[in-house]
Amino acid sequence: MTRKKTPKTRQQGNHKMITLGRIIKTGGQNFIRNASLSIAAVAVMIITLSIILFSYIANATFAHTIQQIEDKIDISVYLKDSVTEERRDQLVADIKKMGNIRSVEYVSKERALEEYKAANNDDIDLLLAISQTDNPLFALLRIKPHDVDRIEDIRNYVEKPEIKDLQADDTSYSGDRKEAIDNITKSTRLLQRIGVLGVIVFAVVSVLIILNTIQMAIFNRREELQIMRLLGAGTWYIRGPFIVESILYGIVAAIISVSLCQALLSVPQAALSTSSFGLLDINYANEFFSQRLWSVLALQLLIGIIIGAASSFIATRRYLKFKTSK
Amino acid sequence: MILLDRVTKLYGRTNTALDRVSIHVEPREFVIIVGASGAGKSTLLKLLTKEEKPTSGKIVVGGLDYDKLRDKDIPLVRRKIGVVFQDFKLLPGKNVFENVSFALEIVGYGNREIAHTVPKVLDIVGLKGKEKRMPGELSGGERQRVAIARAVVRQPKILIADEPTGNLDPKYAWEIIKILEKINHYGTTVILTTHNQEIVNKLKRRVITISDGRVVSDRANARYTNEDSK
Repeated sequence: MTRKKTPKTRQQGNHKMITLGRIIKTGGQNFIRNASLSIAAVAVMIITLSIILFSYIANATFAHTIQQIEDKIDISVYLKDSVTEERRDQLVADIKKMGNIRSVEYVSKERALEEYKAANNDDIDLLLAISQTDNPLFALLRIKPHDVDRIEDIRNYVEKPEIKDLQADDTSYSGDRKEAIDNITKSTRLLQRIGVLGVIVFAVVSVLIILNTIQMAIFNRREELQIMRLLGAGTWYIRGPFIVESILYGIVAAIISVSLCQALLSVPQAALSTSSFGLLDINYANEFFSQRLWSVLALQLLIGIIIGAASSFIATRRYLKFKTSK
Repeated sequence: MILLDRVTKLYGRTNTALDRVSIHVEPREFVIIVGASGAGKSTLLKLLTKEEKPTSGKIVVGGLDYDKLRDKDIPLVRRKIGVVFQDFKLLPGKNVFENVSFALEIVGYGNREIAHTVPKVLDIVGLKGKEKRMPGELSGGERQRVAIARAVVRQPKILIADEPTGNLDPKYAWEIIKILEKINHYGTTVILTTHNQEIVNKLKRRVITISDGRVVSDRANARYTNEDSK
C-alpha cells in the first residue's frame, strides 16, 4: 500500500449528495435486515396511530351528533291573532337584527295546525277533537339561534314588555322545556370537552408509547452506534439511517392504520346491519372518513413521520455524546 | 508523532489508572505496550482515541493538541487513527465488505473508489472471497482480519491495536501480527498492546512496560519476561 493524495472526490460538492444517498440507503437496508425489530415497531405504531385516528373520527362524529341535537333547539314566540302583518314583519326584522340568530321562521295558524296534526297523526281521538273546533292554535315565530349557549339573550329580548304584549302565551323556552334545553346545552358542552380531551390524551399517550418503542429498538443497537462513533463517523452519518428507518416505520404504520380504519368502519354496516353505537353514528363516521380519506392519510403519514423522526433523534442523542469528564 | 507528557488519569477521586506517564513515539515506529491486566494499557489507548480525557497532562497526536480539540473535531481525529479492538467491534448488521467500506464512506469516498480499494485491502488480510459474509458467520481470526482491514483501509498514519490477538488461537495470532508488521513496513506507526510473551520476543521491537499506571521500563529491541507481567 502506497500513500495516495486525498482524492478530489472527497472535497467536491457532490459529497453531501453521496452522503445523503448513503444515509437513505442504509436506513432502508436496516429496515429490511432488522425485520423482527421493524415488525415490532411498526405494529406498535399501527396500534397507536389507529387509536389517534379512531379517537379523532369518534370525536368528529360525536360533534356531528351534538350539532344535530342543537339544531333542534329553538324558541317559539306565539302571536296573538290581533297582531297585524306589518307589526309581525317589523318584529321579525327586529329579531334578526339582534345577532346570534340563525333563522326566524313565521308559521301561520293554518300551518301550525297542519304541523300539529302531522305530529299527532296516530292519535285519532285528538285529531277528531281538533276537527270539531275552530283552529285553537296561534301563529308563531320559530327562532333558531346560532349559539345555543346564548339562547337566554333571545328570550330576554322577546320578554320585553312591548313585545310581550304581542304574545298569546309564554314562549316555548320557559318552564320544563327551558330546563330540558338548558340541560341538553350543558351536557353537550361537557361531552364536546370530554371528546377533545380524549383525543389529546390518546395522542399524548401514543406519542410516549412510540417514543419508548423506538428508544428500546435503538437501545438494542447502542453498541452499533458506539462503534460508528469510535470509527470517526459524524453525528448525522450515524443518526441519519436510524431516523430514515423510523420514518419508514411511520409511513408503513400510517398506511396500514388508515386501511385498517376503513375496513373496521365498514364492518358494522355490512355484518352487523347497525348504523350507530349509542351516540356514535357509524354512517356519519364512514362518510366523514371517506370524504377525507386523502387528508386523513396525509395527516397520519405526517404524524408517523414526525413522531418517528423525533423519537429516533431523541433516542440516539444519548449514545452519540462524547465523554466530557476528566 | 505521539507525545504524552506527564499524563494522569483518575477514575473517581482515588482510583489512579495512569500516573504521570510520559511517552514519545516517532513516525513509523512499532511500539509494544505490555503490562498486567489493569495496569493502565487500555486507558492509555482510550486517551489516544479520545474516548477518555486525561485528568492532567498533555497529549499531542499528529500535531494535534488534544486540549484544544472541540467535541465536533473528535470524529476528524479518529478518522486519522486506525484502531483494532480486542473484541473486534464489527458492525453486526453489515457484511465483510460493508464493514470495511464503512470506514471509507464516513470520510466521503465515492462508490467507484470504494469498489476499487476495499477488495485490495481484503486481499492483503486474506479475506478474498468472503466479502458477503456477515460477522456472525466468521471465525475469530477472520473477524479480527476484517477489523484490521477496516482500520487500515483509510491508510492512517497511526494504527492502534489493543490486544488484537487476545481472543485468538496462537496460529491466527501470529498471522495477525504479521499483517501489522506489513502495515508498519508501508509506513504506518503501530502501537500494539499485548500479553503474549512469544509475540513480543519474536518481534524484537521497542517495548514499554506499564505497571500500576506508571511506565516502569521503555527499551528498544526488548524481550518480555515474566517480571514484566507482574
